[in-house]
Amino acid sequence: MDTHYTATAKLLHWLIALMIFGMLGFGFYMTGLDLSPTKLELYSWHKWAGVTVFLLVLVRLAWRIGHRPPALPAHMPAIERLAAHAGHHLLYLLMLAIPLSGWLMSSAKGFQTVWFGVLPLPDLLAKDKALGNLLETVHVALNFTLIAVLLGHVGAALKHHFIDRDDVLTRMLPRRRG
Amino acid sequence: MKRIALALLASFAFAATTAHAVEYGEVQPDKSRIAFDYQQMGVAMQGTFGKFASALRFDPAAPQTASARIEVELASVDTGSEEGDDEVARKTWFDTKGFPVARFESSTVKPLGGNQYEVAGKLTIKGTTKDVVVPATFTPQGGSGVFEGALTIRRGDFSIGEGAWKAFDVVANDVVIRFRITAAAR
Ligand code: HEM
Ligand code: HEM
Repeated sequence: MDTHYTATAKLLHWLIALMIFGMLGFGFYMTGLDLSPTKLELYSWHKWAGVTVFLLVLVRLAWRIGHRPPALPAHMPAIERLAAHAGHHLLYLLMLAIPLSGWLMSSAKGFQTVWFGVLPLPDLLAKDKALGNLLETVHVALNFTLIAVLLGHVGAALKHHFIDRDDVLTRMLPRRRG
Repeated sequence: MKRIALALLASFAFAATTAHAVEYGEVQPDKSRIAFDYQQMGVAMQGTFGKFASALRFDPAAPQTASARIEVELASVDTGSEEGDDEVARKTWFDTKGFPVARFESSTVKPLGGNQYEVAGKLTIKGTTKDVVVPATFTPQGGSGVFEGALTIRRGDFSIGEGAWKAFDVVANDVVIRFRITAAAR
């Protein structure tokens, strides 16, 4: 059995990772701005990029269902295996729940999402200020949860590489030539 | 002789009341609404004004004599977000401190047939007055009448959104003001 993730899985992992780091920085930056045309533009771009991330995550999940990842190294104790699986499930869940909460928040606040100004997403919720504010809190809380889980995720990857010296990080990286 | 005079008077009075059988004028604020539609980043947005006062006189039998005066308290705007409400109160938008009220005052009312009317008048927002023509409909509803219509204005004409907001790429120039005013018969 191949010990690497498929090239598609790697591409999607790193593309989505880059986009999510961008979205986090972008999100915190834009909410801190005073209201201006630029801020409104940035909000739209945040929403469009967020919907794009959501679609990429769906593609990634479809690919994942058809392609099992390589088995975890034999040396890992059961508790670490459990943590790895739980952590990955949680990451997938957050990658879906964060954009969904953003979309529902926008809908409840009465700001429809029109993907890149072209494709209007349906407003699943009627305009409701209180619900909109609640969903904003949910969006923010999920983002902080994501940051916490990511710290663990990156920490685990680095531990595997530098302390355990196994192939967990390298199998998610491009194959070395030669 | 006295009886004849009385009868005459009574019939005059009757004629007068039938000519003005129903005049709608008692505005019912809870059944009235002023909203506005605009485009932001190409997305349709809606807002409302919570407070407005209107004085109406409308007799379907003599629409030419009708008149309307509507005063909107601009600080009562609801854009959907507190940040937006605070923003539009500023000098660059409505300047609600300097110009707290937007006013429409009719000059002529022209029946267009059916329940359609054309109301001409003056619209004053933020110190600028423009002649406008508002198409409106009138629908009797039980003991009251409902006036409905919409008017498209260009926010640039009234200096609504100056400075950084002056360009129309983020917030469009066209704003549709929609109203629905219910008035009871007097
Ligand atoms: C992977 C996807 C996403 C990530 C990582 C993300 C992240 C963030 C972050 C970090 C913030 C700042 C939180 C704050 O301090 O208020 C934010 C705010 C926001 N996000 Fe997202 N977001 C994503 C997707 C979306 C989507 C798809 C939408 C809408 C369609 C959306 C709509 C918003 C809005 C409207 C705000 C501003 C909330 C406010 O007014 O405070 N986001 N997002
Ligand atoms: C937003 C950022 C990220 C997200 C959402 C994310 C999510 C995920 C998920 C869901 C998996 C599980 C894949 C599967 O088996 O189905 C995974 C695997 C992996 N991620 Fe990330 N990741 C992110 C960033 C990073 C970063 C920055 C690193 C590098 C330090 C990293 C290193 C890895 C590695 C090495 C694996 C493979 C684990 C294994 O072999 O089982 N990830 N990632």
